[in-house]
Amino acid sequence: MIFDLAFIWAGLIAFAVLVYVILDGFDLGIGILYPFARSEKDRDLMMNSVAPVWDGNETWLVLGGGGLFAVFPLAYAIIMPALYMPITIMLLALVFRGVSFEYRWRTVRWKGFWNYAFFGGSIVAAFAQGIALGALVQGIEISGRAYAGDWFDWLTPFSILTGFAVVVGYALLGATWLVLKTEGELNVQMRRYAWWLGAGTLGLIGIVSLITPFLDPIYFERWFNLPGSLVSMVVPVVMLGLVWVFFTSLNDGKDLQPFLSALGFFVVSFIGIGISFYPMMVPPSLTIWQVAAPDSSLAFALVGAVVLVPIILAYTAYAYWVFRGKIDPAEGYH
Amino acid sequence: MLESFSAETLARVQFAFTVSFHIIFPCFSIGLASYLAVLNGLWIKTRDETYLTLFSYWKKIFAVAFGMGVVSGIVMSYQFGTNWAVFSDKAGPVVGPLMAYEVMSAFFLEAGFLGVMLFGRERVGERLHMFATAMVAFGTLISATWILSVNSWMQTPAGYSINEVGQFVPEDWWEIVFNPSFPYRLVHMVIAAFLTTALVVGAVGAVHLLRDKADKEARRMFSMAMWMLAIVTPLQIYAGDLHGLNTLEHQPAKIMAMEGHYDSHPEGAPLILFGIPNPEEKRIDYAIEIPYLSSLILKHHWNAPMDGLDTIPDQDEPPVAIVFWSFRIMVGLGFAMLGLGAWSLFARWRGHLYTAPWLHRTAILMGPTGFIAVLAGWITTEVGRQPFTVYGLLRTSDSLAPVAAPAVAASLIAFIVVYFFVFGAGTFYILRMMNKRPATPNVGLNDGPIRTAGITPAPQVDPDFIPGR
Repeated sequence: MIFDLAFIWAGLIAFAVLVYVILDGFDLGIGILYPFARSEKDRDLMMNSVAPVWDGNETWLVLGGGGLFAVFPLAYAIIMPALYMPITIMLLALVFRGVSFEYRWRTVRWKGFWNYAFFGGSIVAAFAQGIALGALVQGIEISGRAYAGDWFDWLTPFSILTGFAVVVGYALLGATWLVLKTEGELNVQMRRYAWWLGAGTLGLIGIVSLITPFLDPIYFERWFNLPGSLVSMVVPVVMLGLVWVFFTSLNDGKDLQPFLSALGFFVVSFIGIGISFYPMMVPPSLTIWQVAAPDSSLAFALVGAVVLVPIILAYTAYAYWVFRGKIDPAEGYH
Repeated sequence: MLESFSAETLARVQFAFTVSFHIIFPCFSIGLASYLAVLNGLWIKTRDETYLTLFSYWKKIFAVAFGMGVVSGIVMSYQFGTNWAVFSDKAGPVVGPLMAYEVMSAFFLEAGFLGVMLFGRERVGERLHMFATAMVAFGTLISATWILSVNSWMQTPAGYSINEVGQFVPEDWWEIVFNPSFPYRLVHMVIAAFLTTALVVGAVGAVHLLRDKADKEARRMFSMAMWMLAIVTPLQIYAGDLHGLNTLEHQPAKIMAMEGHYDSHPEGAPLILFGIPNPEEKRIDYAIEIPYLSSLILKHHWNAPMDGLDTIPDQDEPPVAIVFWSFRIMVGLGFAMLGLGAWSLFARWRGHLYTAPWLHRTAILMGPTGFIAVLAGWITTEVGRQPFTVYGLLRTSDSLAPVAAPAVAASLIAFIVVYFFVFGAGTFYILRMMNKRPATPNVGLNDGPIRTAGITPAPQVDPDFIPGR
């Protein structure tokens, strides 16, 4: 029986993490691009383009963490201590960037400081998330029901590579979001950045994808043996299509398509990671069924998810709809 | 210095530190969100500009406090796993889904509608804006409900069984959510949040009344806050008493520590007002006590027998001194709030509510006491649960993550430095905003053009404006 509660929940958690990555991805990306803004006015615009929605974006991270705790408590209990340092660093970085949204409007003398806090917090959080991803992909050492590795196991050349990949990728999402939301010089500047960031992201995705199958024989088998290879062949083909859309729309001066195709890069890469992982939750040893909570927990939480997640998506979409279109420089509660 | 502490001690200090900082912000935003919804509703109903000015004023303060609550809250959702992995593995099947419900039903609601509430009055129109404001307030209350259910289950576990690997397995969700201490704790905490906010709003009103007795907005907020205080404090004391009786039934050792009852009193226990707990000798030194009153309060009979900590094995005893003191701080502040509420009623009756400088000064002094009382109350209930994380079933020492002490020490130092700096700055910005009159057009400093519901505010002179600030 594959299509059971644990399987459904693995899908839902994966969905929450993916939504987090693409939503908070672009607002972290804006923070990463902050030092490249040419004026304080541009920085105001960049921040205001996400001010009404960043909080909702970050809530998906809480759902990822809280959801893992709820339905895969053993995975949560092993992964968190294993990634103790990157997660703590990420949380502290998110503190800095989160408060900057309000603080930089509340002071004149320290505005520059909070600009840097926004940049520093964003880039460090993105890097730590990439490291966490890399550390998870390369596997976690366990004994019994607990993490058995050291507190620096997460730090490897591979995890640093994935850290860079996520930073560049988020910057790409941020740049294309700004292409979508702004006009004039800022739009032109971000369009130029998007081209280079797109090339960089794709290059890094390529390197990570080439290394991953050799980290673990299971990953290799999944990608290069039938019937898995049939599915896994589709992934690069879709990716090529997205690459074509991305660069042509960017060159043709389109505003929306570059953002959507950049999101597509993330979705496809995420599916690729999913193909590598399944059915593992804590590679290389624990499957989603071994870490799942009892069915009574899964069923109770699923009732809530089935009712509430569509409602959340509806009013999140509504909030984006309310603040749609190019951002008006004259407007703001700020 | 930190090398001498065990990973367990460090992890406990870290959790106590991060959760204590965190509770301050939600406590304020639960009360303030409801206050904002009331202000906005009154503005729509009466079209009295005073309400709209107050709404815009407190909205900006709310935004800063809420932001701090969000970022310190994200930390909490990961602290369970990073520092308390065994607890997470064992209790996750029960408390995890409750937290998932909190995220899905409350956090998203708050976050989704916050943007519309802060930025969207013009874009969505007055009715939808009111709806968004109400949803934010509603979200904060739902959030409180779930998280207090989680905490209460850890205090008074119910509706579970234990499986072969030692995990708590849910048997009856109704019993888990509505566990024995949950209704009391929820009521006590939500009222505490309202009182805390009323004290802050009252103090800010008082500051501006001392400067200008005729300040319309200051008069309105001071009056609203004092009504809240006068009516709700007695209810809170009553709710607290019921909560105490519930604790006596389910966690008697906690009550013994709160009361300072080291010894059993077979013929009526005294109420110890003050004294110095002496854990080595297991007695209260220099105790000032009223005979039989503890039995009368807790058992409603003056000579009812009361067990003391001598009936509890030493290894199951909570740390008495902390609980003893924090409980007295909470109760003492509660009665001070009652006094302030009564004073305001008297001043109102005599017609000098807005012209009584000593009442205003006292209200300013009492401004932060809600936060102190909330922290003292939480310390009482959490330290009183020790040495267990799940009361009577899972020991704190058995709940720990397999993380080395230096890693916990390093992250603890980082949390302390960052929190004091970041939240210190935030508190400073909030105080600076509070120091400006509500009618000031640039309360939030760099607000840019504020366009409120089709009204373009005329340029006003700000008496407090200092260039360069």
